[in-house]
Amino acid sequence: MTARRRNIQVVAALAAACALPLAVTNPGHQNFLILILMFAQVGVAWNILGGYAGQVSLGHAAFFGIGAYTSTVLLTHAGLTPWIGMLVGGLVASAFAVLIGWPCFRLKGHYFSMATIAVAEIMQVMFTNWEGVGGAVGLYVPLKDQGWEAMVFNTSKLPYYYIALGLLVATLAANWAIEKSFLGYYFRAIKDEPEAARSLGISLTRYKLVAIAISSFFTALGGSFYAQKELFIDPGSVLTTALSIKMALVTILGGVGSLFGPVVGSLLLTGIEEVTRQVFGGSGQGTDLILYALIIIGVAVFYPTGIMGWLKQRRFLVAEVKK
Amino acid sequence: MNPLLEVDNLGKRFGGLVANEGISFRLDDSQIVGLIGPNGAGKTTLFNCIAGFYPPSEGSIRFRGNAVAGLTPPEMARLGVARTFQIVRIFASMTVLENAMVGTMLRNKRVPVARQRARDALEFCGLGGRLDLPAVNLTVAEQRRLEVARALATEPKLLLLDETMAGLTPSEVQEAVRLVKAIQARGIACLIVEHVMEGIMPIADHMVVLDYGRKIAEGTPAEISRNPAVLAAYLGE
Repeated sequence: MTARRRNIQVVAALAAACALPLAVTNPGHQNFLILILMFAQVGVAWNILGGYAGQVSLGHAAFFGIGAYTSTVLLTHAGLTPWIGMLVGGLVASAFAVLIGWPCFRLKGHYFSMATIAVAEIMQVMFTNWEGVGGAVGLYVPLKDQGWEAMVFNTSKLPYYYIALGLLVATLAANWAIEKSFLGYYFRAIKDEPEAARSLGISLTRYKLVAIAISSFFTALGGSFYAQKELFIDPGSVLTTALSIKMALVTILGGVGSLFGPVVGSLLLTGIEEVTRQVFGGSGQGTDLILYALIIIGVAVFYPTGIMGWLKQRRFLVAEVKK
Repeated sequence: MNPLLEVDNLGKRFGGLVANEGISFRLDDSQIVGLIGPNGAGKTTLFNCIAGFYPPSEGSIRFRGNAVAGLTPPEMARLGVARTFQIVRIFASMTVLENAMVGTMLRNKRVPVARQRARDALEFCGLGGRLDLPAVNLTVAEQRRLEVARALATEPKLLLLDETMAGLTPSEVQEAVRLVKAIQARGIACLIVEHVMEGIMPIADHMVVLDYGRKIAEGTPAEISRNPAVLAAYLGE
């Protein structure tokens, strides 16, 4: 694909994404679109560490939660606008990520993943028992200020949609820049053959920490946005392992290490979640989880590179045949 | 003048297992030194100690006059020691060109510069026609050369080659021999672990022979091939 054609596709997709909520006027449906964008954004953020650098974290809810709590606490206690609170949350998450990454990266493969689960679980227990941030009851985002400065919108879902879209575009742009720079090459080298990477002068710990710092920053932005959209957070919603797993799932399904993979994955997975919720209602709780499991088994067995990998492979084969 | 590499009384133990013991030798600028010995003699362990993958249990390693025992592989790479692996470790998700680019990035992180330098290194190793191929599609002989190109891309002073010629056809061995001579002509020293005698004997300036973790002989290839201890180690008493 030529760069020009790709640019045209990207601009067209962006234009369509901007116009879409104007056609979809039902607030419920708009909310559904926002969810897709939100999980795509955290998936793209997860992908930096889990996809490019190959360090599968199942504890990213910790960073999401830090983002949500930091911006909300700064808003309720200091009256700070969530736009700045969001960035502070990102930086706090990055600092925390480096702190826990330093010991966790001594573990490899599945052991690293297990350590990240433990970190996120500990965070959830700590926040559940921390009265200063609402404990198990959680925190409400005050409703008294509304509008862009407060990032609270009661009358329309549209602003949330555009903020989610903006966050997704920013996160994609960051990934793209990483992919094109030496960092992208280093991350893939670390994932493919860590020992060979070391022999070429790459410090594994240093670059894994760089990956987790960037990844956690963008994950935390997603957390702050979630808090502003739902106007309520508690440990069960922003620090739960189910959330960590979903971030990994959208990426694995869409395509690990592929720029747009998590966007495709989120479209499908969030879609399944909403459809099963409507079809089966309360009695069908967990149906989406059964479908998740089937999809993951299918992807792992037949297309380990995810949907994007499958498409790329098909394009490659078609090009070969044409030759 | 200081030798490029000076290994003195080097020992490496894994628990009770002695992999290397009392090994000393030196290697000068632009010299090709062959490291041979039966399987399990400790050649790869010695390599790993020099490249920083294992900290030695005792003894010293000096590179360009500096004590380097215990430094990490990235630090050794920065100082100018590059290596290949006995079992090829190419970056499977990358093209041939991208593999070599990762090597060049040690000295310059800018992608266009890395691309140009990687192209030069691959050209030098005879892979100029393969740049955009997925690296996994190369033949084994080509993958070995890709590892050499990737190591050369880090601009080393000393290149450690671990059985680069194993499993190659006779004509491929001749190509590998030519490549090593060309690397030497660039002023890069080579320490070569090799089982393929017709590959290493004609090009080595000096040979070091290990058996059971110890150095049993050292000298020119001609001296080594007449040495009774070496013959005993290879052929049995």
